[in-house]
Amino acid sequence: MTVSRRGKRAGTRVGNDTERRGIGQTVSRRTVFKLGLLGGIGLPLSALGQPADRMRPQPGDRLVFEEGPNQGELVRPELLELNQKPVSALAQDPETEVLRDGSRLNRVMITRIDVDAMGERYRDNVAAGVVAYSAVCTHTGCDVIDWDAKALNMACPCHESQFDIYEGGKVVGGPAPRPLAMLPLELVDGVVLVAAVFRGRVGFTQQF
Amino acid sequence: MLKTTSRFLLACAVLAWSLNSLAQSLPPYNPVTNARLQNPEASNWLMYRGSYDSHGYSSLDQINTDNVDELRPVWSFSTGLREGHQAPPIVNDGYMYVSTPQNHIIALDARSGDMIWRYIRFLPDDLQQLHPTNRGVALYGDRVYLATVDAYLVSLDALTGEVIWEVEVEDYNSGYYMTMAPLVADGKVMVGVSGGELGIRGFVEAFDAMSGEPAWKTFTIPAPGEPGSESWPGDTWKTGGVPVWITGSYDPELNLAYWGTGNGGPWMGDTRPGDNLYATSVIALDVSTGELKSHHQYHWNDSWDWDEVSAPLLIDFERDGNTITGMVHPARNGYLWFLERQAAAINFVDAMPYVYQDVFTSIDPVSGRPEYDMSKKPGTGYEASFCPSLWGGKDWPPAAFNPQSRLLFIPANDNVCSTMIGEEIQYRAGRSYIGRGRSDNGGFFVRPGTNHVGELQAWNVDTGERVWTATFESQNWGPVLATAGELVFMGGTNDRYFRAFDASTGEILWQQRTNSGITGVPVTYTLDGKQYVAVQSGWGVDAQREQNLLNMVKGENHYVPQGGVIWVFALPD
Repeated sequence: MTVSRRGKRAGTRVGNDTERRGIGQTVSRRTVFKLGLLGGIGLPLSALGQPADRMRPQPGDRLVFEEGPNQGELVRPELLELNQKPVSALAQDPETEVLRDGSRLNRVMITRIDVDAMGERYRDNVAAGVVAYSAVCTHTGCDVIDWDAKALNMACPCHESQFDIYEGGKVVGGPAPRPLAMLPLELVDGVVLVAAVFRGRVGFTQQF
Repeated sequence: MLKTTSRFLLACAVLAWSLNSLAQSLPPYNPVTNARLQNPEASNWLMYRGSYDSHGYSSLDQINTDNVDELRPVWSFSTGLREGHQAPPIVNDGYMYVSTPQNHIIALDARSGDMIWRYIRFLPDDLQQLHPTNRGVALYGDRVYLATVDAYLVSLDALTGEVIWEVEVEDYNSGYYMTMAPLVADGKVMVGVSGGELGIRGFVEAFDAMSGEPAWKTFTIPAPGEPGSESWPGDTWKTGGVPVWITGSYDPELNLAYWGTGNGGPWMGDTRPGDNLYATSVIALDVSTGELKSHHQYHWNDSWDWDEVSAPLLIDFERDGNTITGMVHPARNGYLWFLERQAAAINFVDAMPYVYQDVFTSIDPVSGRPEYDMSKKPGTGYEASFCPSLWGGKDWPPAAFNPQSRLLFIPANDNVCSTMIGEEIQYRAGRSYIGRGRSDNGGFFVRPGTNHVGELQAWNVDTGERVWTATFESQNWGPVLATAGELVFMGGTNDRYFRAFDASTGEILWQQRTNSGITGVPVTYTLDGKQYVAVQSGWGVDAQREQNLLNMVKGENHYVPQGGVIWVFALPD
């Protein structure tokens, strides 16, 4: 049985990630080969019917500053300085104004870059210099909140993984196995909008 | 409060397979009783440090200084996982239980190395693992207990791996997680919580070992009005950290569990002016009620990330011709502390530095309270350098004590220092609440003119003198095992070796290069009368973080491969 301290049973929370998709399972030595079958226990819940605040940023969403002097304001390029320490932002449904703050996997770090200095293949994801990457490290899921102002790399304080924001979030140091997921942006009427879903998988990958 | 869920039925489906699969060759499971935990037989390794006094000592002596050079691997088992494999293999009459990063438990036939069952926990995708590791399971009755990184306590059937119950200890979304091996005593399972970097309020909580019902919960930060609350200004107590992430020691006669506590949060002491009780302390908790009976704070208003979470070793030592019922703690703050333990008090005896330490200017001879060189204490907007580094003279890897030779063995790191500067930080639930700015070179440096970092030190607890020191150019993250064979076993270095040292001289008598670096707790036990030594090899977490920084400041690129393997060694038949 599962005992919840606050009346919510782990495993019932909704998410298109596998948050709480069942707690665990035990396999015996004769049933290891049946792992795929056993994996049916606690399958991820469908994304259908997912609360809007837990959905990943959607095309057409606005971006809202989550911290800093412009907290709560819509992200516009002129509110960001070139190569400044990235700040966190959240997507917002423009019609319902629901802020997608129901999962930390939705959060992005944004700053403004010199587009001409960026790898060409990534430039289409940038809106007037504004670039957005997942705030969650691909190593063990910590918040990538540090900034190497000399190398212009985002950095994770947990295990020192470093990511090049000019090269699509490429890993340039530390144990992270994959780049940070990039969130494509576009500029519409002076406001930064989400152009497409994350490029790449958000968060860490459970091993085994 | 307990709520049966439909998943229980699913778990039963797994149980049926597991029961069918049990090999008839396995012996009957020997239930773990209070009596066995209080007097653990040398043939087994029933808990994190082998015994409640946390000595990490075995009276087995088949493997000894005369024959250890013949030691060889007898079987190994790949865990299939990366990161820090720090748990001891827990052994009970032929059954071995090994926990891994990502909260797997592997149950093995200790004779053959065959897997009996494996528990695989599905961790939530939005979890952040500052310390991707686990430090072991606890055994009681016919159960296995696991504290998880998403802050659950899980009770499993030792024979089948069936989950009998699990309880959410706290909400991982608020920064709580667990990496320690639970402590079982007096029918209760006790756990502490990690999250000192994530704005938690630390605590130790006890649960009934059979039912999972909560028994008591004692916070490491007093609430307003409680004794010690005056040491926390304003609302800082709500998010002040003080985690407990290493298994406590236990004195059955006093029925007291002794827990080490971590640093206050955020890291800069000036964000929470005051002593910050009971941070960086040892606390004595009544196992029946959870009442905090006494404490000793090693250092006040921490600003160095010097968690003092290692539980003190319960050692009676001599001073001035008298035997003191005591405790010994090689601290992260670089001092070796000798304390007296009584039913209602912990008294300071003496303390001395065991690595280069430039922060303390004096120690009060009565209270043990240190005074600081304030130029060495970083603050918000104030950068300071200090030694030892933020990982301290000894981080979590446990020391060991040989009661026969009276020697304490400390896995130490010397000659590395930190530079830190604080920056303002806003509390947000579950987010980093460290408040450290960036310093040059990762805020890390090696003392000029020194030639090594890692050490294994031997101290005589009765004379308070260091007897020998083995040194390593590498950092040392190796937990220590001491045996009556006059041996000390330890890995911990970045060259992937697992070693046996002569306990009286520090000479290396045997070494085996393994798949990865060893930060696992070594154990020893017997099967059918023959002695074995087992350890996990699997580098990661802070050992790797320190490697990254050493590579940076030395201009090197030393690579330590990751991936966990359980190794078992024995002498030839």
